[in-house]
Formats: sequence, structure tokens, C-alpha cells
Amino acid sequence: MPLTIVACVKQVPDSWAEKRLLDIDSTLDRESADPVLNELDEYAIEEALRIREAQGEDGSEVVVLCMGPERATDTIRKALSMGADRAIHVVDDQLHGSDAVATSAALTRALGTTQWDLAVFGSESTDARMSVVPAMVAERLALPQLTFAQKVEVDTAGRSATVHRQTDDGYDIVSAALPVVISVVEKINEPRYPSFKNIMAAKKKPLETLDVAALGLDPAEVGLAGAWSAVEAFEQRPPRQGGVKITDEGDGATKIADYLVGQKML
Amino acid sequence: MSEILVLVEHDGGAAKKVSHELLTLASRHGEPGAVVVGPGADDAGLAADLARFGAARIYTAPDAALVSAIVAPKVAVLAQLMAERSPAAVLIASTAEGKEIAGRLAVRTGSGVITDAVDIDAGLTAVQSVFGGSTVVRSRVTTGTPIVTVRPNATAQQESAGAGEVVAVSVELAATDTAAAVVEHVVQAKGGRPELAEAAIVVSGGRGVGSAEGFDLVERLADALGGAVGASRAATDAGFYPHQYQVGQTGKTVSPQLYIALGISGAIQHRAGMQTSKTIVAVNKDAEAPIFDLADFGVVGDLFAIAPQLTEQVESRKG
Ligand SMILES: Cc1cc2nc3c(=O)[nH]c(=O)nc-3n(C[C@H](O)[C@H](O)[C@H](O)COP(=O)(O)OP(=O)(O)OC[C@H]3O[C@@H](n4cnc5c(N)ncnc54)[C@H](O)[C@@H]3O)c2cc1C
Repeated sequence: MPLTIVACVKQVPDSWAEKRLLDIDSTLDRESADPVLNELDEYAIEEALRIREAQGEDGSEVVVLCMGPERATDTIRKALSMGADRAIHVVDDQLHGSDAVATSAALTRALGTTQWDLAVFGSESTDARMSVVPAMVAERLALPQLTFAQKVEVDTAGRSATVHRQTDDGYDIVSAALPVVISVVEKINEPRYPSFKNIMAAKKKPLETLDVAALGLDPAEVGLAGAWSAVEAFEQRPPRQGGVKITDEGDGATKIADYLVGQKML
Repeated sequence: MSEILVLVEHDGGAAKKVSHELLTLASRHGEPGAVVVGPGADDAGLAADLARFGAARIYTAPDAALVSAIVAPKVAVLAQLMAERSPAAVLIASTAEGKEIAGRLAVRTGSGVITDAVDIDAGLTAVQSVFGGSTVVRSRVTTGTPIVTVRPNATAQQESAGAGEVVAVSVELAATDTAAAVVEHVVQAKGGRPELAEAAIVVSGGRGVGSAEGFDLVERLADALGGAVGASRAATDAGFYPHQYQVGQTGKTVSPQLYIALGISGAIQHRAGMQTSKTIVAVNKDAEAPIFDLADFGVVGDLFAIAPQLTEQVESRKG
């Protein structure tokens, strides 16, 4: 039985850049940093590709699903150049400022436009860092969530998946029948680099776009106006300042201990 | 006064520190109702402990089925209590599972959700510290019942006696609530250390530690100080230390009283997870390492010399 694996990806500002909010609507300033594929989503794409590859040449496919502005096509092409087969781009200006709840609604509708077995997410986006969208999508679809996976095993014949869910003191082995919503942590694999051949091929792969109307969403449910929480105010903090810096001359440890005593930490 | 529900994190009968912190916050803005799920929930000692931190009511759901699957059963318990009690807000610890519970609960109950709050102000405004502490944001839930996850270690726990009336809760689970079944819990951690996100002291090692064996030095210093062990991504990627101990952008956010960075350069993504620590001490052999820009006390030197000496100093000064 061929599988369809959807890799859900987001475009985010490069995590190497300092981030800030815009005064006008308190949303993230996305112009001030280079937009990149959310790094944790690379692990999701890689895992989706590995699941497909483990199936052999049975017609299984990896579909990239991305909600984001026009320029997120770069991110989608990157995902395709890693080896995904086709893509769905949810794009509409009305989506700007959507919160996690609205994002999960749009992704859920988009997932409804295609038949699939596993939807794989990165465990968080490096900009919003909420880690809630996969759980919200699972809730909306009334499907099991196998999230924070550091290992994924798919039993195609038994139509089930089992993951090692990372916990504070180890991991839980969690199992569910397909279809499932998965999120992966960065420990899971080593994402591949796109090959030249795949970069060229990615330009020709099918890319479908869906707007709010096509998703059948009420525009009032999405975007800033549809958000269920609102920023009241924000302020920039002065950057943290360094304090004392000494060079160890055999007494470095003593000096740290003295400092800790001075701070009443020892 | 209106009720504020707090989902208690416990370990078969003992509440985690973060739950005391959430009750402290809830007491400030309403009447705390502690919600305890899973075996041990009906432990009398636990109830007394929660009452000591202000719980007016303690909703206990000890049924083992409620922890036989991840996330969704706890959502079912909270959703039922929200329907019955109409609380003013729901507070959940900002842990990986806590945030997922909050997310699903928000969708299920038609409520807005705010994660990673470091404080709650009047009018249930959530205060968040984002972008590694460089920006403070105040937001409010505008639809439904505010569901807010609060970071461990962000609030000073404070005792204030609550009535502690125990209310047994039973919940009918839908099949979908138990669909993601836990087959086994695998425990890998060496016991005895405080949890990373809750610890008052964190000692972290980076690539400079050089190997898994090298982390013995980090662990020994952490143990002398009674702290937790953390690691940079370079260290977890290299397999020196398990991934769940990673501090930073894609790891844990910690905010201890004292953070000691050994052989960590201080990349922006690492800073994102530790910059709000009260005091930062760094040991790095490169005087130009960016970690020194935020360290309150920095020592340019070799961690292999300094860490063992510091461990000795700490042990001898503790007496
Ligand atoms: C999207 C994204 C997310 C990321 N998330 C995280 C994250 O969550 N956490 C994180 O930590 N990083 C994260 N990173 C990686 C981050 O960019 C850095 O690569 C990483 O933090 C470097 O770890 P390090 O400081 O241990 O290693 P290095 O940068 O290699 O620094 C090692 C330091 O050790 C010092 N040193 C070496 N030997 C000794 C010695 N004997 N004594 C004293 N000092 C010594 C060196 O001078 C050097 O400063 C992320 C990156 C990206 C792109």
C-alpha cells in the first residue's frame, strides 16, 4: 500500500539574526532577516523522505504543505529540492498575523484537500516557538498525535506508527493507527543536502496554491483580526551587559567561588 | 472571586515545583482550583501540599486510563471542568506536554492560548519574554477562556493556605482521546538531579567539553552545587550528552539563579535559552567568545583545569 506523507513546513526569519516586533501591528518583523526554511522542518522533510524510501518504489509520495506569504515559494522549492514530490502552498494576504489557532485551522483545511497517511511537522518553529500547531491540527482532525518524536517507525501492513516521544527523563514509546500527526525533534536524523539534480528537478515539480476562499475558511477566522489573543504592548529590553572578566592564573576557580559567595550563592 | 484552574504536574503524588508556582500566580488573581490527573492524584499528602500553596479546591482524577495516552486525556479532564466550572483562566506549566495540552484545549473549547508566560498581570494579561529576553510582550486572550502556559522558575513560589476541598472527578474519554497510546515509559536519566527547567542552578557544557566522558566534570560540578546539567547543541549533536538536556532556541529555556557555561561559545541560539538567568558565569579559553558579553563573571581559561578545582572549592566551602 503506497503511503502519502505530508511534510508541513514554515518559512521563518534566519535564527542567526536578532528578531524584533513591528510597531505597527506587533507582528514579527520578517523583512529584517533572511527568510529561511524553519530548521526543525528540515528534520520533518528528511523523516518523510525516509519513510517514503523505506516503502520502495511503490508510488508513495511526500507532499510539502506550507502556509506563508508569496515569497515562501523559496522555502517550498528548498523542500522539493530535498526530494519531496509535490507541494501545496496556502497563500493569502488575509492570513497575515494568524495566530496558532487560525494557522491550525488553515492547515487542517489544506490537509483535507488531499488523501494522506502521515502528516509530519517540526517540533517547533524557531520564530514563534509555541510547539502547539501539530497538537491543534490533531485535535481538529480527531486524530492521534505522535509528537516530539526522536524515532518513527511505520508498520505499513498493520497501518500503524510508533514513535519514541522525547521526555524529560528519557522517552515514551507511543503507538497509534494511521492516519497520524507526527512532530519530530532534531535528534531524529541528519537532513540531507539537496543534490544539484534535485534542485533542477524541483523547479518542475507540481505546486498547487490555495487561498482562504479555496480552503472554505471564513476570512474573519484568520489573520490578525481573527486571532484569539492580542498583543497589548511590547517593549525592547536593553541588552544584557557583561560583568567581570578575568584570566585564569591558577586561581580562576577560587575567584569564581569567591564571586559566588559574594552573590550568596554558596 | 473567580476560579482559576491549575493543571498540576506531579510524579505519582508529589507536586513539581512549577505547580506551586502556578498556584501562587493563581492565588494572586483568583481562587485556585488544582487539577490532578493520573495515579497518585488522590494522595492525601499531595492534597495537603496543594492546599498549602493556596488550592481552594482540588479536582482529582486518579484513573490510570487518563495517563495511558499522551496529551488528549488531560485535555478531556480540563475541558470537562471548564464546562462545569466556567473558570476565569486555566494555567498550565510551559513544558513540552503542557504546551500541547494547552493547544488542544484551546481548540476544543474555542479559547485563545498564550504560551511561555513569565508572569500574569492584572486583568489576566500574560507577560512573555521573547527573542532571548530582548523583548517583553504583554498579551491577552480575547476569545473564550484564557489558557496560559507559564514557564517554570519564573515565579517565586509562596505559601498561602487554601481550603483544599477535594472533589473527585470522573471523565468519559472518547476513543480519539486514547488513540495515541503509551506502550512503555523508558527512563534514561540518572536520578538525583533537579529537573533542568526547574533547577535553581544549571551547569552546562559545550563542544569545549570534548567528549561524553568530559561531561563527568560538568556533572560533578552540578552535583556539588545541587544543580542540573545542561548542554549546548554542539554537545548534544556530537553525542556528548542526551538531547533532552539541550539549552537554547531548539532546546529548553532555562532561567535559573545561576547558570555556569563551560566551553560554550554563546551563539545567539544558545543565548535564546539561557539569557534570562539571574547570574551567568562562563569559563572559556577564548577571550573573544561572545558568551563573555553576557556573563556576570567570566574566566578565560581551560575548563579541564578550572571545573574540577571549582568542584573542590564548592565542596570545601559548603563545609
Ligand atoms: C535553528 C538553529 C537552532 C539552534 N538551536 C540551538 C540550541 O537550542 N542550543 C544551542 O546551544 N545551540 C543551538 N544552535 C547552534 C548554535 O548556533 C551553535 O552552533 C552552538 O550553540 C555551539 O555550541 P558550543 O558553544 O558548545 O560550540 P562552539 O561554538 O564550537 O564553542 C565551543 C567553545 O568552547 C571553547 N573551548 C574549547 N575547549 C575549551 C577548553 N578546554 N576550556 C574552555 N573552553 C574551551 C571554545 O573556545 C569555544 O568558544 C542552533 C542553531 C540553529 C541554526
